[in-house]
Amino acid sequence: MSDRLFGLAALLLAGLMTWGASVIEESFIQDPLGPKAFPWVIAAVLAITGIAMMLKPDDEPEWPARAKLLRIVWSVTAMVLYAELLPIVGFVVTTAAIAAFLSWQLGATVRQAAMGGVAISGGIYLVFHVVLGLSLARGPLGF
Amino acid sequence: MDTLSSLADGFAIALTWQNLALALLGCFLGTLIGALPGLGPSNGVAILIPLVFSIGLPATPALILLTSVYYGAMYGGRISSILLNIPGDEPAMMTTLDGYPMAQKGRAGEALSISGLASFVGAFFATWGLVFLAPQLVKVALLFGPVEYFALFTLAFATLGGLSSKNQAKSAIAAALGLAIAMIGVDGQTGVPRFTFSNVHFYDGIDFLVAIVGFFAVSEVLVFIENHATGPSAKPAPKLGRIIPSLSLIKETSGAMGRGTILGFIAGILPGAGASLGSFIAYAFEKKISNKGDTFGKGDPRGVAAPEAGNNAAAGGALVPMLALGVPGSGTTAVLLAMLLALDITPGPLLFTKNPDVVWGLIAALFIGNFMLLVMNIPMVGLFVRLLAIPAKYLMPAVAMISFVGIYGISGSTFDLEVMIAFGVAGWVLRKLDVPLVPVILGILLGNQMENNLRRAMTISDGNLWALVESPLAVGLWIMAIVGFILPLVVGRFVRIGALKKSKIDAGDVGTPD
Repeated sequence: MSDRLFGLAALLLAGLMTWGASVIEESFIQDPLGPKAFPWVIAAVLAITGIAMMLKPDDEPEWPARAKLLRIVWSVTAMVLYAELLPIVGFVVTTAAIAAFLSWQLGATVRQAAMGGVAISGGIYLVFHVVLGLSLARGPLGF
Repeated sequence: MDTLSSLADGFAIALTWQNLALALLGCFLGTLIGALPGLGPSNGVAILIPLVFSIGLPATPALILLTSVYYGAMYGGRISSILLNIPGDEPAMMTTLDGYPMAQKGRAGEALSISGLASFVGAFFATWGLVFLAPQLVKVALLFGPVEYFALFTLAFATLGGLSSKNQAKSAIAAALGLAIAMIGVDGQTGVPRFTFSNVHFYDGIDFLVAIVGFFAVSEVLVFIENHATGPSAKPAPKLGRIIPSLSLIKETSGAMGRGTILGFIAGILPGAGASLGSFIAYAFEKKISNKGDTFGKGDPRGVAAPEAGNNAAAGGALVPMLALGVPGSGTTAVLLAMLLALDITPGPLLFTKNPDVVWGLIAALFIGNFMLLVMNIPMVGLFVRLLAIPAKYLMPAVAMISFVGIYGISGSTFDLEVMIAFGVAGWVLRKLDVPLVPVILGILLGNQMENNLRRAMTISDGNLWALVESPLAVGLWIMAIVGFILPLVVGRFVRIGALKKSKIDAGDVGTPD
């Protein structure tokens, strides 16, 4: 079933791509093939392989149970939040927080996670910023 | 000897204190990356590229550092295979079969040193193979025009699924997805924006580094979070025992090393094969000819030597098409191609004629790194064994954070970080569906070049499509592409059954596919 859905998604994407290519505005610079032809070829390959997957799906993969799936959803949400907050709050604080969260998701106790988060954030700051001079996001506190 | 004098020039470049230090650092990091389960050559190098890029190292030192990591990871994978029965990376999977039983018999030290020596032999001779074969391939490649290049790229995609592919439709769909992603951005030939959804961020296209780090590193973190894997710390590592192998043991395994090297090197050069296949073939062949007393699988040193020589030789062999043609044949070399492109070096025949210093400096660095790795991996192996105890609950968050730092360092943009997370999630879904990630990466890397060559060919022929099959060289490449795509459908079933039998023995967690 998953393979069939994926094949269908590929087919839809192929359709979208065909349309997307057809509305590309041609420029005054021209070459015989133009900017639309190759995307159309790719869309055709996508469509054919998508249909092939719908006709001959493999065995169903093992999707994670609800609890595991939620763990992934939370982790991804935390990462997006991290990306948004990083330039505002600064590197050290946000990184310690998300590293601790991920560590907790990976089975660390709260105490272990907190210490791990601080160690990871501090360690990266030390190695990459202080020693190697890489510019990391600077928050209102200067780090 | 033209080649040897070029190689001597290369040594002159590589033998500076700075480059030696970088090679040493790369070898150490590489061995560690290879040894830690969950990090392998492809995701290890992928995480480091943006960092090296942001720190602003010049091209040659950066290359030396990263290829040392690549070779080092090939060495390191065996350590956790032997001690914990968990392959540190996919190519090291075959090493578990005889390595772990050896460790259980109290011969862990010998298993580590024999496999270390086998890695050295494989990598050393494969690097010589690279020295002599790559310039020959360059001579052929210099005859290529746009038509031949277009056919060559098609060949690379058609064969990428390779003999290990379970479903050719999935390899093809992966390649098409990658190519489609490459189409996003301003068209280089006519300057019109394509598939940008009128979003300024998309005008430059999707940065391949962002895609690679998301696919390889972030998706690996998600896999670990899903499985709640706490890493190998649960089992205590067995005692090492004797570390220096006896001469008779070396003698006993030398045949296995030699055969493993040759088979691995060939597997490495072939498109769509790579190091995992190299070690698989080397082990299977050695078992066939040497398993007289039914000792394989029960701790036979030859069963450790053959696959390790095989995967390290394949790592060297895989560099031949990557450097000479600019077309990688495996996941890790695709990452190395990304590294070259990020450093503004386009591999291919012109690299050998225009920037010989880069090529030969790199090859010399491989020789030097290989000696360093031998020293690091036999007497100092105990150090890595202790580092193996880092549990995944600290390692994986650190991997994720270093990925974020690297990508943020390139552009300082939140948008790029979010694209990286999106690729991480997509990579996780694709891995669940058994869709290979390497063709996607290759599509993103090569898509624009592939299109440009097609369009250049059409400009030359004034739109005549028959030009694609006019030269015999191009026809040959097309035939190879078609055969390469169809053959696994026929032969693949047979090979897969063999591989399945093997993988039943092994239940460990495996890193990113090679």
